Amino acid sequence: MALDTGDTAFIIICTALVMLMTPGVGLFYGGMVRKKNIISMIAMSFIAFAIVSIQWVLFGYSLSFGTDIGGFIGGLNFLGLQGVGLDGEGIPDMLFMVFQLVFAGVTLAILTSGVAGRIKLSSFIVLGLLWTTLVYDPLAHWAWGGGWAGELGALDFAGGTVVHISSGFGALALAMVIGNRAGFGKYSMEAENISTTLLGGALLWFGWFGFNAGSALAADGLAVNALVVTNISAAAGAITWMLAAWIKGKPSSLGMISGAVAGLVAITPASGFVGPMSAILIGGFAGVLCFSALLFRERRGLDESLDAWAVHGMGGFWGAIATGIFASAAIGGVDGLIYGNVNQFLIQVLDASVAMIYAFVVTFILAKIVDKVMGLRVTEEEEYVGLDISQHGESTTA
Amino acid sequence: MIVKRVIAVIRPEKLEDVKSALEEKGYFAMTVHEVKGRGAQKGICLQYRGKQIKVDMIPKTEIEMVVGDEDVRPIIDLIRKNARTGKFGDGKIFVSPVEIVAGIRTDEEIVS
Repeated sequence: MALDTGDTAFIIICTALVMLMTPGVGLFYGGMVRKKNIISMIAMSFIAFAIVSIQWVLFGYSLSFGTDIGGFIGGLNFLGLQGVGLDGEGIPDMLFMVFQLVFAGVTLAILTSGVAGRIKLSSFIVLGLLWTTLVYDPLAHWAWGGGWAGELGALDFAGGTVVHISSGFGALALAMVIGNRAGFGKYSMEAENISTTLLGGALLWFGWFGFNAGSALAADGLAVNALVVTNISAAAGAITWMLAAWIKGKPSSLGMISGAVAGLVAITPASGFVGPMSAILIGGFAGVLCFSALLFRERRGLDESLDAWAVHGMGGFWGAIATGIFASAAIGGVDGLIYGNVNQFLIQVLDASVAMIYAFVVTFILAKIVDKVMGLRVTEEEEYVGLDISQHGESTTA
Repeated sequence: MIVKRVIAVIRPEKLEDVKSALEEKGYFAMTVHEVKGRGAQKGICLQYRGKQIKVDMIPKTEIEMVVGDEDVRPIIDLIRKNARTGKFGDGKIFVSPVEIVAGIRTDEEIVS
């Protein structure tokens, strides 16, 4: 198959859309922290994107998509992008490389949730590099690069395990290693700027069209299906989380936008395999599930500050399982549980569980190592004045 | 009646504790400002490999209350109890006389 200009044009645009999700995560998170940490939160997303951009072209892409080694990791044959050319099947190989790069970037940005307002920037950079290399790259290889999960037939259309389970359970492990923010549970740490969070959420929803539709890797009917179910699931999640929050008090806009993100996360692995009515169920249930996960985390007194675990971890886990339930052969060629394919359901459960355990355990170990070697956390005084001033020498208020 | 103005500069994160403690004892009326300032410890010094970064304007919260003379002592005690961490930067309380308190909606006036 030769290059297709339509497909190529479409994936270039999708790549740009997904890139916008990274600063989107920054704004989404930035609005939820206190005024003294907002620059730090937004900056960490940009920094994550910059680090991963270089890591990916040097060796990350090769570890993810190079020749398979034992089902676990890719070989070094694409080191420094050697052999990644401007021609390919349908779209140029180089375009596929950069489309995958923007996914890796946004994943590391999501991980910052677990360390909000208390991590040393230098340690975040080192940890981020290690995490992308040892957690993200293997998971990407398992799902899409010829690894064991893909070989087994696990379905992950746009990265439910790779992006969301990995960053969500990684953030949980990080939060457990670095510890709660000073004063957590003792005094109010309410979101400082909801409108910034809403803007970030809007950019995420927008960018997600490229994330899921682009994962078809062609401007075709499957891409249209992904776009449509993505929007449906986001809307359903926004409504159910908002309703759940309404029952407990007010229909907060923060709950509404968190629900939309939960719906987006959950439909991600399923978007090439399920139809519109399934998308309502997947997104709608994600809103309620992720909200419950957030309440559970709060009850446990665990400061996974911006709920990457509740929204991306649990939402991603549900999405992976839901793919095994609702997949329809008429859309993506594979049937799920509701069409009698128990096997697919079991594969999904196995894939999501392995991804969850791997991401949690390896992140925990990496965080412990970085903590021992260079210290993960800022000093008490630095945390008190805020990371904007202590890590960047900048402030939104001065 | 002698009227006094109490100004307390406290840690922002202690505002909720101080507010509810005052309210519990019936001291409800107050004006709260977000302020920045520096005190005896001359700000906070952060060290970076030999380079010093000085943060000398630290965000604080200022509570302003106008109360009768007899309420000043219990208010000072309540604020002390609820705003103290024992570390530098816990804040200060200033008390000064007020000459006239004039209501705007009502024509009520108190002259000290």
